[in-house]
Amino acid sequence: MSWVTKTLTSSLGRKLIMAVTGLSLIAFLVVHCAINACIFLNDGGHTFNEAAEFMAHNLFIRISEVGLMAGLLIHIVDGLMLWKSNNEKRPVKYAVVKGEANSTWYSRSMGLLGSLLLIFLVVHLRHFWVVSRFTDVISGGQKTLFQEMVEVFANPIPVVLYVVGCLSLAYHLLHGFQSAFQTMGWNHPKYTPFVKCLGAGFSILIPLIFAAMPIAMHLGWIK
Amino acid sequence: MNLTLKVWRQKNANSEGNFQDYKVAGVSEDMSFLEMFDVLNERLINEGDSPVAFDHDCREGICGMCSMYINGEPHGPNKGVTTCQLHMRSFKDGDTITVEPWRAQAFPIVKDLAVNRSAFDRIISAGGYVSVNTGNAQDANALPIGKDHADEAFAAAACIGCGACVAACKNASAMLFTSAKISQLALLPQGQAERTMRAEKMVAQMDTEGFGACTNTGACEAECPKGISLENIARMNREYYGAVLSSK
Repeated sequence: MSWVTKTLTSSLGRKLIMAVTGLSLIAFLVVHCAINACIFLNDGGHTFNEAAEFMAHNLFIRISEVGLMAGLLIHIVDGLMLWKSNNEKRPVKYAVVKGEANSTWYSRSMGLLGSLLLIFLVVHLRHFWVVSRFTDVISGGQKTLFQEMVEVFANPIPVVLYVVGCLSLAYHLLHGFQSAFQTMGWNHPKYTPFVKCLGAGFSILIPLIFAAMPIAMHLGWIK
Repeated sequence: MNLTLKVWRQKNANSEGNFQDYKVAGVSEDMSFLEMFDVLNERLINEGDSPVAFDHDCREGICGMCSMYINGEPHGPNKGVTTCQLHMRSFKDGDTITVEPWRAQAFPIVKDLAVNRSAFDRIISAGGYVSVNTGNAQDANALPIGKDHADEAFAAAACIGCGACVAACKNASAMLFTSAKISQLALLPQGQAERTMRAEKMVAQMDTEGFGACTNTGACEAECPKGISLENIARMNREYYGAVLSSK
């Protein structure tokens, strides 16, 4: 086994993969959130459609999209593998576990939160990514991406699903953000309090903005 | 006080275990948890039963032998103490207390509440040592060590290897233990000779022993009787990445 494979398949290496892919997904969330927040300008989706159009045709963005998808898949597969192997490390479980005495419920439930996010992602990608990339509904000019959003969120079921997805994202980030820094070895009395604070702010703000989108559209605040 | 104990009984590593209930009467609140078990065991012996096997040695919180998982927490409900330093005043009359052994693939049960923690010894053997030249000991002040480094190394060296970190971790990970041992040597000049090899070998041994990976829940730090900090795990990560990138 080469030293690279040996390192990346060790317990520390597999966590490093989770941290690096996780942080790249966090960076993606910033871009995704900023562009989608254009709908709050309430200009009939004009600015949002222009931004979406740019994202769909810019070469750099399209190449990054491949990297993003690869990162997402690696994060999911590595996460599931870690969950399985960690679970096997305690073949006989405790009869009584007082987890709340030593850790937060969401830090112990990253696999569950990640699985909820995965279910949300499948539906979310089907709603928008598949429609805009693999059909000619948007590119053929039948509808704009904004109109597609309005149609999807007219139905209350996707709205509820998206809000649950955002809630899972918030808790997943609340642990994952600062955890990624710890895994990469970036724990320092000067910077760690800042990282934790930034992580908490990010974990609340970004999902809140995302959750506001389907709600605002469903209630007709944004047209 | 009168208590009901639900104790895990298991004859040996290969047999099936199960919980057995014991009523213990007349427990003094000044007894330690282990002394309460001594009372129970004396009775069991007098009645011709097999006493409950559990690890213990110094009974003053420094040897790291006692290892009971009490009511869902290693070393019981109090912070910063081992089971021998847990006193019965932490419980109420009429309580039912569930006592289990450390549960981890890497810590096979020897009998009842006693587990085999030699996996820790093998992690230490893999690299938790320093080279010492033969000859006369050098002058104590020949090696200047900064106070902050000495303090940090000492805080890491406070680890008594009891395994509460493994017992508390949902993944049965030994990263707090291994990182404390790597840290105490990485921080001192004496530890520099084997520094690169140490991180690689100890992490490899930790994985071989069948401990889990770290999810950074912080349960280990919260349950550690010696307050070993998570900063050590971050340091171990740095040591390990640095080692694999630079070793030849």
